[in-house]
Amino acid sequence: MAEQFIGKASEFKDGDRQIVRIGEDEIGIFRHEGEFYAYSNFCLHQGGPACEGLTIANVEERLRPDKTSMGLHFTNDMNFVCPWHGYEYDMKTGCHVKDKSVRLRKYDVVTKGNDVYVVA
Amino acid sequence: MDLIADRGRRVQVEELNTTKLLAHAAKQTRDKKFDDVLVVDVDAHHYENESFGEILPYMENDVLKQLALASRAKGGRGNVAPSGFGYQDMGGRVTRYPLRSSEKTDEKGPHRDIQLGNRWMDAMGVDYSCLFPTGMLSIGLHPQKEMEVELCWAYNRWVTEKALPESGGRLFTMLSLPFSDPDACLRHVETFGDRKGVGGFMVTTVRPKMGVYDNAYMKVYRAIEERGLVLSFHSGPSWGDHTFQSCNRFLSAHALGFSWYNILHCTNWVVNGMGERFPKMPVIWIESGLSWIPFVMQRIDHEYMLRPSECPLLKKKPSDYMRDMYYSVQPMEIQDMGALETTFRMMDAENSLLYASDYPHWDFDLPSTIWDLPFLTDKARHNILGGTAHKLFKLPPRNEAQKANLIKYGNYTAA
Ligand code: FES
Repeated sequence: MAEQFIGKASEFKDGDRQIVRIGEDEIGIFRHEGEFYAYSNFCLHQGGPACEGLTIANVEERLRPDKTSMGLHFTNDMNFVCPWHGYEYDMKTGCHVKDKSVRLRKYDVVTKGNDVYVVA
Repeated sequence: MDLIADRGRRVQVEELNTTKLLAHAAKQTRDKKFDDVLVVDVDAHHYENESFGEILPYMENDVLKQLALASRAKGGRGNVAPSGFGYQDMGGRVTRYPLRSSEKTDEKGPHRDIQLGNRWMDAMGVDYSCLFPTGMLSIGLHPQKEMEVELCWAYNRWVTEKALPESGGRLFTMLSLPFSDPDACLRHVETFGDRKGVGGFMVTTVRPKMGVYDNAYMKVYRAIEERGLVLSFHSGPSWGDHTFQSCNRFLSAHALGFSWYNILHCTNWVVNGMGERFPKMPVIWIESGLSWIPFVMQRIDHEYMLRPSECPLLKKKPSDYMRDMYYSVQPMEIQDMGALETTFRMMDAENSLLYASDYPHWDFDLPSTIWDLPFLTDKARHNILGGTAHKLFKLPPRNEAQKANLIKYGNYTAA
């Protein structure tokens, strides 16, 4: 496992992302709420660029205690969406939001001072 | 350019570049050597409303043309083509919808739609695509049959005279028939049937009422069969339809609607013995996925055995007639591999299934969805991706390797 320099932490604003190629894989690195997350950029559906689409809050349907619906609402959890057909992945885990067994390969990200590295 | 994300948050994104968006498809094309395989996509789309300025002047009736043109003028309040409810772009999650207008093309090159078509065909390893409109798939909902006729006429002239000739032969089409008017359908077949790039004719199946068995259409089918052309039925969703107004999510109306309209008309086609009446005319059922096919086969075969007096023209089971027809693969439901394998067996997919991308629509399929299926023989792979369509549409291989593969799997027919 080698560490690959990605950039300066100070250059990553919250919500920024970067795509890097390491060997055969492409990796998407997101900065979200101060943390870095890195995943394979190959979608588990048909191989689309999973990390290159929209980031958007998760949607939930809220129910009252009597099981009646209060409709659809955004939550505070953030997802990233494959732009080809809409597979939606949890920013913090890389899992498909409805099927946790569909999980993008996750990479560790380490920061040393102001330098950011992905471990691949 | 900005995209709208959650709660109206604006997200800065680059302009759309189809080649870049599909870079991973191009990698699959290289890795799987699709250049050596003839790949024919029997269902791809463009957004013809973006070219209405060029299309509408081909309308013949001056009064209807005036209505159509005026509706597009600044401040015009007309609505010339039916438009449905829905969220195909998934709230902007499928970014090629909102970004579409940002994609740059060469103004001195061929028509923009041709340039875009070449980009995604090259990326996917597709050699030929059958180009269909998008909004006009709902033309059967137009309350004025004369407007349906005029719009089909104008589109069919434009696509055969302007768009297809600029595609270098890589795009072909099955032209939309104004099915509300059988006489007009016949005129369309007689006028356009022999034009270059016309592989057949297409009926949009989203219609409030349609009897494919009606005597008035027999002359139309006969004219298509006599010309050695293909008849296809292209499905779609219609959330506003009574049947689907109970659906409170687009997912439900979309998933059911695309299958439903073809289930309905395919059943009528089979039960009325159309396969006996026009045995030489290839018929394709387009964009309904595959999971409905075993259902209809089981269901209709079952009732056929109980009520034979209602289908005296049939000489074999309804499912046998269904196996004599063709089906486009997209959107292929790959959720239960065993069920999919059974579906392929029941429909004789090796001889009846045709690859379709449906690009650029949101649920498009790449050729790899077929190529990677674990239960297919090599012959089935080659047939489905392009060999069977090569025979139907007489599309020549684009290189020697493709020709060798067509010969190897028994599909080659000299044009
Ligand atoms: S390839 Fe990612 S959603 Fe289909």
